[in-house]
Amino acid sequence: MIRRLILAAALALLPAAAGVAQPVTILNASYDPTRELYRAVNTAFAAEWKARTGTSVTINQSHGGSGKQARSVIDGLDADVVTLALSGDIDEIARRGKLVDPGWQARLPYKSTPYWSTIVFLVRKGNPKGIKDWNDLVKPGVKVVMANPKTGGGARWIFLAAWGYGQKTTGSARGARDYVAKLLGRVPVLDSGARGATTTFAERGIGDVLLTWENEAILATRELGADRFEIVVPSISIRAEPPVAVVDKVVDRRGTRAVAEAYLQYLYTPTAQEMIARNGYRPRDPEVAARYAAQFPDIRLFDIDRNFGGWTKAQKIFFSDNGQFDQIYASAPH
Amino acid sequence: MRTGILNVRPSIIPGFGVTFGITLTLLSVIVLIPLSAVFIRAAGLGWQGFVAVALSDRALQAYRLSFGAAAIAALINAVFGLLTAWVLVRYRFPGRRLVSALVDLPFALPTAVAGIALTALYAPNGWIGGVLAPWGIDVAFTPLGVVIALVFVGLPFVVRTVEPVLADLGLDVEEAAASLGATRWQTFARVILPALGPALLTGFALAFARGVGEYGSVIFIAGNMPYRTEIAPLLIVVQLEQHNIAGATAIAVTMLVASFILLLFTNLLQNWQRRRTLA
Repeated sequence: MIRRLILAAALALLPAAAGVAQPVTILNASYDPTRELYRAVNTAFAAEWKARTGTSVTINQSHGGSGKQARSVIDGLDADVVTLALSGDIDEIARRGKLVDPGWQARLPYKSTPYWSTIVFLVRKGNPKGIKDWNDLVKPGVKVVMANPKTGGGARWIFLAAWGYGQKTTGSARGARDYVAKLLGRVPVLDSGARGATTTFAERGIGDVLLTWENEAILATRELGADRFEIVVPSISIRAEPPVAVVDKVVDRRGTRAVAEAYLQYLYTPTAQEMIARNGYRPRDPEVAARYAAQFPDIRLFDIDRNFGGWTKAQKIFFSDNGQFDQIYASAPH
Repeated sequence: MRTGILNVRPSIIPGFGVTFGITLTLLSVIVLIPLSAVFIRAAGLGWQGFVAVALSDRALQAYRLSFGAAAIAALINAVFGLLTAWVLVRYRFPGRRLVSALVDLPFALPTAVAGIALTALYAPNGWIGGVLAPWGIDVAFTPLGVVIALVFVGLPFVVRTVEPVLADLGLDVEEAAASLGATRWQTFARVILPALGPALLTGFALAFARGVGEYGSVIFIAGNMPYRTEIAPLLIVVQLEQHNIAGATAIAVTMLVASFILLLFTNLLQNWQRRRTLA
């Protein structure tokens, strides 16, 4: 932080001499499970930018819960770009902080989501409880681990996927709510974020099934051993699309718009898409997607905009104070 | 030693005006202004909005857990902290300095590290949790886990406040009591404990206050289930996640007021006890 301030001050004092390329530093405020992904992307982009423009660029990363990151940016964290878990969080930056143009989502392909993911199940090797689909999660004796939708972006996707399943099988909002209430009744621990939930399931040995991002599940099997866990893809899940945006106010003040925009556009290139797929996120590029088809099985999907009316609306109905999540806990015996 | 702060007589240390001015300014900048900002932000909700958030059923449950677990943990610390201080002051044994350093560790350790370590230990597959689980005792992800985390972070407060007073007390007092025919228990209950009372209460109050606000170590072991294992500081974080800063400060203000009343009460109790001891 102090180093960035000094750097910013130094840059402000030295008026960029025309034609002389100054080294640039930009900051990407992201959410938790993207550490590994952006470590790879940043190095590759810096090399590419250097080759193209002759300027060196350093991309600093800041990670944390998606909502917390949005709040930091609103409160003045000088992030040039944000890459968060929910479009609702960037909407907040636009609405409350007035730092991002309200039309941000139309500025890049696929509603500014260069990669996507979905919610899958991680079970213990051999799948001892025989968990195949959502209805198996509420069978007697099954314990479910997930993060807290009030504090974790990924957990909100999980909640909505479960709600969508309940809605589809019962045909009513009432039925959806009953299903989700039953499901939440199976959850002994609500961790604050996706990584914490993975730890609770994998390291602490709690529960029979972990509901989590597909990329987190892939990472868990890779890092913690494919001999310990299996990924179960349910019959239907949700299309989880983590969005990216340039923070207009910041890049205009710091004079970093060109590099910040190029950085986000770079995410759509085949090179970056390849890294995205390698890190367990579903790529947008059809050719890359075809190469990784084995890792990403086809799955029927709910859509946040079509099925839930967009994030702002979903946030209000499900996750705000006295929203569906709170109501379920308020009416549960405790 | 009873000297008021404001009814000063000329002191050997000069410059009361200057030092008091600096103290007040510093206190204002570091403590009072941030705290009043919290109150002002909460005031933005209006009375009804404030009550809806700060006194909701769920918030009340969370306060109960936070204050309850902190009180139990502080009590445990008062007992075992006194014992630890006793051992450190009254006995000389190899490794005494090491034990003394260990006591301070919870001060220095990032609380999240403590939380993760305790959770690993007390989870059903952990070293201790694994032993307790067959007996049907769950520690991690229950209120009991919260208490254990708070005992951990609160211990040094009691030890470090009691230790110097105990050292000052001197063995001669005990010897005098013994020579007058007191049993060991009488000596402890009538002589030592009253003398230690104020320090012990201070240690208790500090450990308690720390426990009420503790977040880092508790969040991993608590389980965070609404109405059951959700601590009040988590509710603040939840409100912030919803970008509801006024709501977050409403809960913070409630905790602040409750803590302040409790600390004030402890202070009065301490004064009363000190006067009684001196009388």
